[in-house]
Formats: sequence, C-alpha cells, structure tokens
Amino acid sequence: MSTEMSQTARTPEKTGQSAAEQGETARGAAVFRPLADIREHKDGVTVTVEMPGVGPDDVEIELERRVLTIRGRGRRTAPEGYRRVYAEYEEGDYERTFTVSEDLDAAKVKASMKSGVLTLELPRAKEAKPRQIKVSAA
Amino acid sequence: MLTYTPFGYADPFALMRRQMRGPGRIPAAVPAYPAINVWQGTDSAAVTAELPGVAPEDLDISVKNNVLTIAGERKAPDVGEDAGWLRRERAFGRFSRIVQLPFRVDRDRVEARFENGVLQIELHRPEEDKPRRIDIKAA
Repeated sequence: MSTEMSQTARTPEKTGQSAAEQGETARGAAVFRPLADIREHKDGVTVTVEMPGVGPDDVEIELERRVLTIRGRGRRTAPEGYRRVYAEYEEGDYERTFTVSEDLDAAKVKASMKSGVLTLELPRAKEAKPRQIKVSAA
Repeated sequence: MLTYTPFGYADPFALMRRQMRGPGRIPAAVPAYPAINVWQGTDSAAVTAELPGVAPEDLDISVKNNVLTIAGERKAPDVGEDAGWLRRERAFGRFSRIVQLPFRVDRDRVEARFENGVLQIELHRPEEDKPRRIDIKAA
C-alpha cells in the first residue's frame, strides 16, 4: 500500500551512532531518515514517525498525488554555557517520503505531534470504494 | 570512586573522556539505549538523551553520588485487532542506562526537562566539593 521512494532511501537512518554526512540542508543541518511505523486498518492508514527535537510547529507534511513527504526541523538542545564533550547522537533535520495508495483522502489527513513523535491519520476516501462498470452490449 | 586528583581537577571531564575513547573500550554490538550526549559547563554537567514517544511519567531518573540512572519504558501504542503492519521500525519496551559522571552530584540541584522527545538533565557539583582557591599570604 505504501512504498518508499528510492531517492530518500540513501539518507542515513538515525541510529544514534552514525552522523549524517550525505544529506545536508542549506542551514547546514544533517538530514536524517526518521524511523517510521505504518499500520493499515479498515478506515485508512496510520503513519507514526519519530523525530526527537522537532516541535509541532516545525513539521511540514505534503501529500501530492501519491507522494507523502514529511519534513521536520530539529531544534538545537545545546544548553547555554555548555560545550559538548561526548556525543552518541547528532541533531539535525528529518525527511522521509512515502508513496501511498491512491484511495486516501488528502483533505482529511489528520496530524498530531507529541513528545517528538508525529502521528498521521490518512483516511480512505469514500469515493474510492470499488465502482462497478457495466459493459453494455453493442 | 575517583572524582579528581590534586593535579587533575582543572578538567573533571578528562577522566570521562579517557574512559570513553581509550584503548580497550570494546564497542558494544548493540548501542546502548538511549543514546546520550554529555555537555560540560563550569562546575556542572548536562546530559541529553533522545526519547521520542516516551511519556514523562514513564521516565525514572535517579542520581547517587556520581552515577546518573535514566530508566523508563517506551509503551507500545494500542493497535486495533484489524490493523496490519506495513512497516515496523520503532522499538518498544523497558530501558535503563547508567552514566558515570566525573564528579559527585548535588542531589538537590538536579534539573530535568523533557521537550519534544528530548530529555535534558542538568547536574551540579556540590558547593563543598568544588576546588577551593587558596590564597598565599605574604610573609
């Protein structure tokens, strides 16, 4: 039902141990491919994406035709007056693209962000229910 | 536990850095969870960790002497019976991580904040533990 676009598959995954060197934004932040869960149920599809450091106002979601793009701008957590002496993870931005099935209703997509986790509800369009086409005899 | 030596207190993090990158440190096959960053300030330290999706009430942070423990549980969301997984990359369950700090921590001055899935803990060195400057009296 949803497959990933090949061009973003190269973006490094946020595992905490490898810094992103391949993807970079104009503001110089590394771009990570956030971890995602996708569930399908009878009313549609639920997408959950992990983007620690991203606030509700820093998320951009786009659904154009069949392409769902999720972007998140990470906030710097550098405490004031401190310098980093040891690092296991890098901070940066997030981006991931999915190709979703056509029968989802783009106008009714609901998004919520809590504790760095984005939840997207993509309901199935009513019109998308199978339509029978009658063949008339000539 | 060694906190500082008479000649090494100027940089209390030296020991920590040495322990973390020194030879003989075998890299763990499974990275410890959560991943942490450590920050140094004047007579204080800050530890940040990425814990997306963890509820603040499911976090258990404790401090004893120079050891900080971050424990908790990432609860899996409720999934309906009819739901099928198309992609499953996130992990859930209990976790615990111990961080050894280069100084004894003032228990009453530990501040923890949790914002956008990022935990930040600020730890201070107790006043009586700070190196004291000794004035030299003129003869």
